[in-house]
Amino acid sequence: MYYIDPHIHMISRVTDDYQRMAQCGCVAISEPAFWAGFDRGSAEGFRDYFRHLTEVEPKRAAQFGIRHYAWLCINAKEAENVALSREVIALIPEYLDKPNVLGIGEIGLNKNTRNEATIFQEHVDLAMKTNELILIHTPHLEDKYKGTRMIIDMLKEDKRVDPQRVLIDHVEEHTVRQALDNGFWCGMTLYPTTKCTPERAVDIIEMVGTERIMANSAGDWGKSNPLAVPEMIQEMKRRGHPEAAIRKIVYENPLAFFRQSNRWQDWPAETGEERKESQSRRKEKVTQ
Amino acid sequence: MIMTPLTAPRALDTYFLEARCRILDLAAILDRIGRGKDAAAVGEDPRLARIREALDVLHDQSGGRAERIQQIFSLDYDPRWQRPR
Repeated sequence: MYYIDPHIHMISRVTDDYQRMAQCGCVAISEPAFWAGFDRGSAEGFRDYFRHLTEVEPKRAAQFGIRHYAWLCINAKEAENVALSREVIALIPEYLDKPNVLGIGEIGLNKNTRNEATIFQEHVDLAMKTNELILIHTPHLEDKYKGTRMIIDMLKEDKRVDPQRVLIDHVEEHTVRQALDNGFWCGMTLYPTTKCTPERAVDIIEMVGTERIMANSAGDWGKSNPLAVPEMIQEMKRRGHPEAAIRKIVYENPLAFFRQSNRWQDWPAETGEERKESQSRRKEKVTQ
Repeated sequence: MIMTPLTAPRALDTYFLEARCRILDLAAILDRIGRGKDAAAVGEDPRLARIREALDVLHDQSGGRAERIQQIFSLDYDPRWQRPR
C-alpha cells in the first residue's frame, strides 16, 4: 500500500528512516517548520532552517524515491518571543516560491498565551495576503481542547479564511468534530504516550468517516515512530476495512489537500507498475 | 465512505488481551505510586483525582468513554477569552 506521511520532521531523523519508510510504501512526505528542541537565537537561524527544508531535505528524500514538501513558519513555542517572530515572518516570503513549499505551518498555540495568539494571527494574515495553505499545530495534553477552540475562534473570525484550505493537526477524540464540523481538514498524529495510538485513530475514523481526515507520524527528535502510518494501515486491515478506505485516508486525502497549493505540480498516480518502473530507473542510475 | 466497525464479539476476541494488558499496566502504576515513600503526600494531588474520575467513566456503559476521559484531562475553554488586537 502506497502512502503519504503528511507531517514528519525528517531533519531530526536518520537517513535509514527514509530507507525504511520507502520500503513500507511511503511515496511523499510533508515537513512543517517546528521547534528544534531549543529556542533559536536569531532570525538568521531560521533562514538556515528554511534552506534546509527547501533545499537539503528534498534531495535526501529523493534518493529513496520519496517526494518532499515543506511548510514555513516560526512555531508556537518560540512565538512567545514576539520581536523574533516578526523578524522570521518577514523573511518567509523569500522562500514561498521554492517548489516544495506547500504553505504556512505548523502555526498554532502551545500554552494558549496572548503572545502566541498574536503571532498566530500574524501568520494567518501572511497566509491570506499570499494565498497560501495553512497547517495548524494544536497544543498538547490538557491545553489541547481549549487551544483548539481558541484557534477555531480566530480562524472563523477572520472572514478571509477558507476552511477548505486549512488543516488542523493533532486532533483527538475531543477535538476532531470541532475541526470537521467547521469545514476544516484534520490530521491525527500517531505518537507514543501524548497523542493518538493507531488503534484509537482507526476508532476515530470509524466514528467520523473518511472525509477531510488523514494520519501522520509527526516523527521528530522525541521518542516517535516514523513508520506509524504503516502501523495504522495494518490496524485498518486487521479490522477488515476495505483497501479503498485505507487508501483514501493515507494517500488520496493528503494529496487532495496538498493539490490546492499554489505551486503544486501533479505527479502520476502511484500504481504498482509505475512504482516498479521508477524504482528500476533509480537502480539503473545508481549502478551507472 | 461508510466504515463498518467490528462486531462486538469480534472486537472482544481481538482486543481482550490488549485490554487485560493495559488494565494491568494501570494497576501497576497505581500500586507503584501507592507503595512509594510519602504516598500520603500525593493523596490530594489533582492529577490523581482526575485518574479516579477517569476510572469512574470506564465503568459507565453509555459509550463515548475516550472522549469523556479526554475532557477530564482538559483545561476549560471560555468562549469569551480575550482576543489580541
